[in-house]
Amino acid sequence: MTRGMWHRAPMVLRHGIPAVAGLGVLLLVSQGLSEYRNTQLASIAMYVCAVAGLTILTGLSGQISLGNGAFMFVGAYTVALLLKHHDTRSNGVLVLFLVAAVLVSAIAGALVGVAAARLRGPYLAGITLALAVGLPVLPKYSHLQKTLGGHSGISVNAPAPPNNMNYFRWQAWLCVIAAVITLFLLANLSASRVGRAFRAVRDDEIAASLAGLLVARVQILAFVVSAACAGLAGGLFGILQLTVLPDLFSLTLSLSLLAAAVFGGLGTLSGAVYGSIIITFLPFWSTDLARALSLSDNIKNNLPQAVYGLGLIVGMLLFPLGIHGLLRRLGMVGRNALRTKPTGN
Amino acid sequence: MTFLNLVIYGIANGTLYAAVALALVLIWRSTRIVNFAQGGMLMFTTFIAWDLVVKHGANYWLGLVVAMLAGFVLGGVSERVLVRPVEDGPPLNPVIVTLGLLLLLQAVAGMIWGNGLDSFAPEFSLRYYSAGDQVILFSPDYLFIVIAVFVVLLGLYVLFQRSPLGLRMRASAFNPEVARLLGVRVGRMLTLGWGLAAMVGALAGVLIAGTQPDYMNPNAFDPLLIFGFTAAIIGGLDSPVGAVAGGISVGVIQQLLDNYVSNDIDAFYVFLLLLVVLMIRPNGLFSRASVRRV
Amino acid sequence: MAKGPVRLLATATVVALGVAACGGSSSGGGGAGNGSSAPGVTADSILIGSTQPLTGIAAPGYSEIAPASAAYFTYVNAHGGINGRQINFKYLDDGYDPGKTTTDTKQLVLQDKVFAVFEGLGTPTHEAVVDFLNQQNVPDLFVASGCLCWNNPSEHPQTFGWLPDYTREGKILGDYVKKNFAGKKIGIFAQGDDFGDNGIKGFEQEVPANQIASIQRYDPTNIKIAPQVTKLKKAGVQVLVSFTVPAFTALLKLTSLQLQFSPQLVVSSVGSDPATLAGLITNFAKEGGTTVKGEDLIQGIITDGYLPSPSDPSNSWIKLFQKVYKKYLAKKYPVFDGNIEYGLASAYTFAEALAAAGENPTRESLVAAVEANKFAGPNLTPYAYSSDDHSGMTGVQMGVINGLAIKLQGTPMVTDDGSGGITPYTTAEATAPANGVPSG
Repeated sequence: MTRGMWHRAPMVLRHGIPAVAGLGVLLLVSQGLSEYRNTQLASIAMYVCAVAGLTILTGLSGQISLGNGAFMFVGAYTVALLLKHHDTRSNGVLVLFLVAAVLVSAIAGALVGVAAARLRGPYLAGITLALAVGLPVLPKYSHLQKTLGGHSGISVNAPAPPNNMNYFRWQAWLCVIAAVITLFLLANLSASRVGRAFRAVRDDEIAASLAGLLVARVQILAFVVSAACAGLAGGLFGILQLTVLPDLFSLTLSLSLLAAAVFGGLGTLSGAVYGSIIITFLPFWSTDLARALSLSDNIKNNLPQAVYGLGLIVGMLLFPLGIHGLLRRLGMVGRNALRTKPTGN
Repeated sequence: MTFLNLVIYGIANGTLYAAVALALVLIWRSTRIVNFAQGGMLMFTTFIAWDLVVKHGANYWLGLVVAMLAGFVLGGVSERVLVRPVEDGPPLNPVIVTLGLLLLLQAVAGMIWGNGLDSFAPEFSLRYYSAGDQVILFSPDYLFIVIAVFVVLLGLYVLFQRSPLGLRMRASAFNPEVARLLGVRVGRMLTLGWGLAAMVGALAGVLIAGTQPDYMNPNAFDPLLIFGFTAAIIGGLDSPVGAVAGGISVGVIQQLLDNYVSNDIDAFYVFLLLLVVLMIRPNGLFSRASVRRV
Repeated sequence: MAKGPVRLLATATVVALGVAACGGSSSGGGGAGNGSSAPGVTADSILIGSTQPLTGIAAPGYSEIAPASAAYFTYVNAHGGINGRQINFKYLDDGYDPGKTTTDTKQLVLQDKVFAVFEGLGTPTHEAVVDFLNQQNVPDLFVASGCLCWNNPSEHPQTFGWLPDYTREGKILGDYVKKNFAGKKIGIFAQGDDFGDNGIKGFEQEVPANQIASIQRYDPTNIKIAPQVTKLKKAGVQVLVSFTVPAFTALLKLTSLQLQFSPQLVVSSVGSDPATLAGLITNFAKEGGTTVKGEDLIQGIITDGYLPSPSDPSNSWIKLFQKVYKKYLAKKYPVFDGNIEYGLASAYTFAEALAAAGENPTRESLVAAVEANKFAGPNLTPYAYSSDDHSGMTGVQMGVINGLAIKLQGTPMVTDDGSGGITPYTTAEATAPANGVPSG
């Protein structure tokens, strides 16, 4: 197939074929990985769902969110509560529960989106930051402790893997499939009219509304999309954790999602993948580094965080467009990839 | 617990948030950036003061002055070295850089001073006033804090509204190109803004550390950044008066809901308060112009 | 934006290669070999793991525990190890963040293939991994938290508590208060989570309801406790029982001082380590130009203990622990406090369990050894361990803060975590073995 034919092919096909191919590669690779590496693959794929949603919201529609961890909280608790009240041994039902997590989070996203559509810049940052900190404490509220499990949380009793598959490989597959589906849908969305509307609103709200777009509605839709993705990630997070409890959904979680999106390259789906890899591995690398050196306890204990912080700073100073921007400059990925500016101003 | 006493206690604690909010507002005014490292910067300078006063027996006021000077340097250097290079890039990059700086400062403080808990006694008594047999939840230490915050507020008012330097700083933040054409050394103004902000932050840190017995830990100031940020936003980010009003309202609302509803979901109340305020006034209570930049 | 084909495929490959490159793919398999079939065990070594708050908000005090345990294992290794095996103790920092606890624990279990997890610290943090550890059949010994939740052998057969649970402790504190403060108005100040709830549950079983004038809870992230303390004062509380972590014991003491409220304090062992408390309140209460020392403010606080007092030089365990402390720890930690003792004693118990698990320990034999409950360690009261009880020590001994130490008084008391009675435990404590290493 020549390049020209490829570009004339229906969008679903253009995104679908590589998605299926990518999925195949990943599942094949997963076969060769140790249990531990499969847990990392699962974790990366889980983060990809959330970060990809965030990068659509922030990179494409131009709305900042410091609070997508709160939507992960909603998704995770949805799955945990459904599993608690409907004991199931079927993975099919589990998938339905994940869909439910997506829907519930999408509704939460719509509610927040309505508020967010009126807000700009730091005010939006403020309300989403307050959301990230304020929502996940709800299970601690004395009158909700019975329903939501209080401080100790709820066990997530996911069904056993089908066909005696290795438990960790099954987790990796579940997350990888979810991530590929998410990326596929978001790639299509981004190339569709909706995606163009997102960009139009980001680049110039007034022009967009003159062109007939309902700016507020477009912005709310972006919030719904990103919350749905975070909800899916949250459901998977719960399944990987085996337990959900309020302290898991700290501000650190929300901020690391944002760091991943920006660090990978804001507004690009592949950037979401790079960012997810970084936030999964960076803590390990820095911990290993600290252990390898012989240092006093105070320095050794704090070195991983220092490396993480320094990494964020240096990364931003050297690669303002993130890893995606860096790779593109090195000519490693498609030249016509960044036709539009990655971020609004 | 009388209602009035709760309000007084809320105001006292809200003043602490206001102090942090003032520093955030100053940075916003000078560079249109929300500085997530603010909590880390004031933690670090407070440790410097603590090291001098508690560890080495220096005079309390000397410790405070050194902390504020250290804050000025830390703020200025951060702006010049870390923030300047990303200022004109994608708008979220400064956010990530300041986040990185927060983590770095916490880690470095842990390396130097450890991850223990220590106390930093205030100069004034913590004993609450009482009227008859009714205790009032307000102490000489809180009185000092309230006075200090209002002095800072007054100072900022004079600086920004009455001095040529303040005018230059405002111009540099509001429209750097025009300011430059008018001969303002914009870069210097921005650095100065960050330095001043970190100085106010350093004062806030020392004041806050005195109110509780266990503040000297690299992570102890984390919640304050969140509540201080909320306070600044409620106040409209651009207005020092708004920051103080925001801080006090966060403090009072928290206290009332803690008492009449439940004291385990403080963070949720702050979210609700912010939501209500921003639904009514999308740019905060005290803002004039609308802002269009992340 | 995403330019479909090239991008997604390239990205997928990057992930795949990234993960593979970072790991190498040693699929499955345990650390088998050299005559032992258990993961983490070789002919001459044994690897165990733990997660600890070395940084973050829970680090103060608690960050000493794992290094103390590690020091004891170093001591054991210098004396030939257990059954000829050196104990390697790998503890990772979780910063008291349950999410980090999970990734750390997965690393320990799946990558490092530890034989067992030992002394995982914290209630919310360990709750995040207890299901995982049991699912993977990893022995989860001596969780460093007194939550009742570790005693659940039907769902968590691998998990064991160690210190007396908060309910038992609450009962014994209640018993003491009932007998010694008859007719006095009692108040409770408790952390609003499992710790406080379990403690109150035990305390209320012993003390008549009409004697309890006020119960106030606090959230550990909310330091504004003056309203709660004001209510306790208004209720006329004369004896104040607190289930608090050290920072909040200090805060409670300071706030009471601010309010000129001075009830007799009865503090559960979690929050009563005198060295830690004195450090927190030191130089704090400046009054009329003179500094009141923190140490003075905590004198006379009633509390309890479950290990011999660190300041009792005649005790054989303290002699042993002092020896290990001086050799391996004194340089880093200038004070031999309750946390250091905790880490040393807990590690001793692990060494006992390992020695009892046989020449070639397996995960099953380790769990069986704990359930067999043949311990003779520094614990003042016996452990409850059996096949259907996984809670740790069964009681505590009352004491009072005197100087920078807890002076234990009377006899240790034991009870259960249900409605059973409270009885004195009069069997003399075991003495430490001469070489300081338990034998099998």
